Amino acid sequence: MFARILIANRGEIALRVLRACIEMGIETVAVYSEADRDAAYLKLAHRAICIGPPPPRESYLLADRIIAAAEVANVSAIHPGYGFLSESATFAEQCRASKIEFIGPSAESIRLLGDKANAKKLARKCRVPCVPGSVDVIEEDDEAARVAAEIGYPVIIKAAAGGGGRGMRIAENEANLRTQLPAARAEAQGAFKDGRVYLEKLIEMPRHVEVQVLGDKYDNYLHLWERDCTLQRRHQKLVEESPSPAITGRTREELCKAAVRLAKAAGYYNAVTIEFLVDRHEQFYFIEANTRIQVEHPVTEMITGVDLVKWQIRVAASERLTLRQKDIPQYGCAIEARINAEDPDAGFRPCPGRIEVFRPPGGPGVRFDSHAYAGYAIPPYYDSLIGKLIVHRPTRAEAIASMRRCLEEFEIEPIRTTIPLHRRIFRAESFVTAEIDTSFIERNF
Amino acid sequence: MDLDEIRQLADLLAAHDLSEIFVRDGERRILIRRGPPAGPVRAGPTIAPATHAGHAETAKRPEPAAAPEATGGPNGTYIRSPMVGTFYAAKEPGKPELVTVGSRVEPDTVVCVIDAMKVFNDIKADLSGTIEAVLVANAQPVEFGQPLFRVSPR
Repeated sequence: MFARILIANRGEIALRVLRACIEMGIETVAVYSEADRDAAYLKLAHRAICIGPPPPRESYLLADRIIAAAEVANVSAIHPGYGFLSESATFAEQCRASKIEFIGPSAESIRLLGDKANAKKLARKCRVPCVPGSVDVIEEDDEAARVAAEIGYPVIIKAAAGGGGRGMRIAENEANLRTQLPAARAEAQGAFKDGRVYLEKLIEMPRHVEVQVLGDKYDNYLHLWERDCTLQRRHQKLVEESPSPAITGRTREELCKAAVRLAKAAGYYNAVTIEFLVDRHEQFYFIEANTRIQVEHPVTEMITGVDLVKWQIRVAASERLTLRQKDIPQYGCAIEARINAEDPDAGFRPCPGRIEVFRPPGGPGVRFDSHAYAGYAIPPYYDSLIGKLIVHRPTRAEAIASMRRCLEEFEIEPIRTTIPLHRRIFRAESFVTAEIDTSFIERNF
Repeated sequence: MDLDEIRQLADLLAAHDLSEIFVRDGERRILIRRGPPAGPVRAGPTIAPATHAGHAETAKRPEPAAAPEATGGPNGTYIRSPMVGTFYAAKEPGKPELVTVGSRVEPDTVVCVIDAMKVFNDIKADLSGTIEAVLVANAQPVEFGQPLFRVSPR
């Protein structure tokens, strides 16, 4: 087991990894930018090293500086969290070349599954259904028009190197498609330094259901069931829950087995999430794989009782997965609400600033993962996630009732947050009856 | 009052990003404080180890700097580390130090070398002046923004 780990991230996920390490008796090294100098979670680390000024590209994204800090502090492994360098195959390689283990998959797996076009090719090979679309990236507009005619409009143009819901455009017909293609390529080049695009059929009114998979270095795999993340705003998840209320047991089994098949075909070890779209007929289609721990991982931890971050560390330390598939329960219902410092009444404009009042809820089955506290100043340079509120109850109805209670109890002042929006979501009839799709927020709020 | 002593204490303030140092020696007492009036005084100065031999790290992170962006301080200007790594005073072991107390520096003067991931980086002064104090020891690990030298500007 590692003696010392460096956490190459910040905020709530840095705190999450710190907690896992502390419980495992592993020494911790945190890194911080000047904007995070006063963050209280840094006090939990054995050592904290300043790695740069506030902008991410001058601090948290600087692989060289992070590895320099890892060497100075003599750590055996780096946990990259999510975002930042967590899905950088180059960073994974650099760590290992410096004899520091990267707590995640191999660089090859990141390249294979992290590239959406490559991942789809692999999915087809192992009989995982994909959204009908171009087999490969589209080189020319004529080719695009031909493929689109085959799969049927509307189609969606996606960046091969994209993610997080960015770099996607919808085309309703051929004329529309030809207009959008150059713009889509330019946008992709600008955002991801890779202008390659591919086409997919637009699945209408879909649900977003993803499967958590864990693999070890000895070819053992298991899934930890699914998470339904249908409730999104501009492709950013707001609410996640497990089990998915939209699928039956039979679909669940097939979905989870398909996810494991794909992870196995990629020779993947450590944590990965395989994302699918599910249509009204419970037909599912693979869309992308996320080769890192995800924001919403607590939902899975609650229903299975498995500590995913600790298992990430164990797998990286070359331990075997001792969990057996038949022993992974899916007990009760867990729902997570992301609390962001955003003003829902002002177009979800981020609201950095100092928190004066901070009174999170509690009680049975309530988990709140957050690095924030009264007196904490939210810096303007990073994402707006302040915390994740998760409830876990024996049934979905009880979980919704608990979440409503928690949202009523929760007080954060004076910054604006998504709490008022969540209060409305959890009272909306279509959420309660689970008749929503990914455009729910845009259409109703 | 011994001005040298006061300067040394001021250097300690800057080197470890403290807001206040209070020293009592028999009848003599010296209190040095920098920046705007602050809250409660934290426990004593934190000392970064000269080497990192892998034993348990007892230092906690330093106090917030009074002026995190500026290189100026109450007693002079500081050359700060632009990276994370290990500080070396000379180009190679056995060679003379690149600068010492009293050295004149110009913006392009190489004042030290920082080893980051086995790449030895020449660190330039980026200012003009005279070195008043060397704030870190040879082979000491340094972090981004850490003061390396105090300089009296021209």
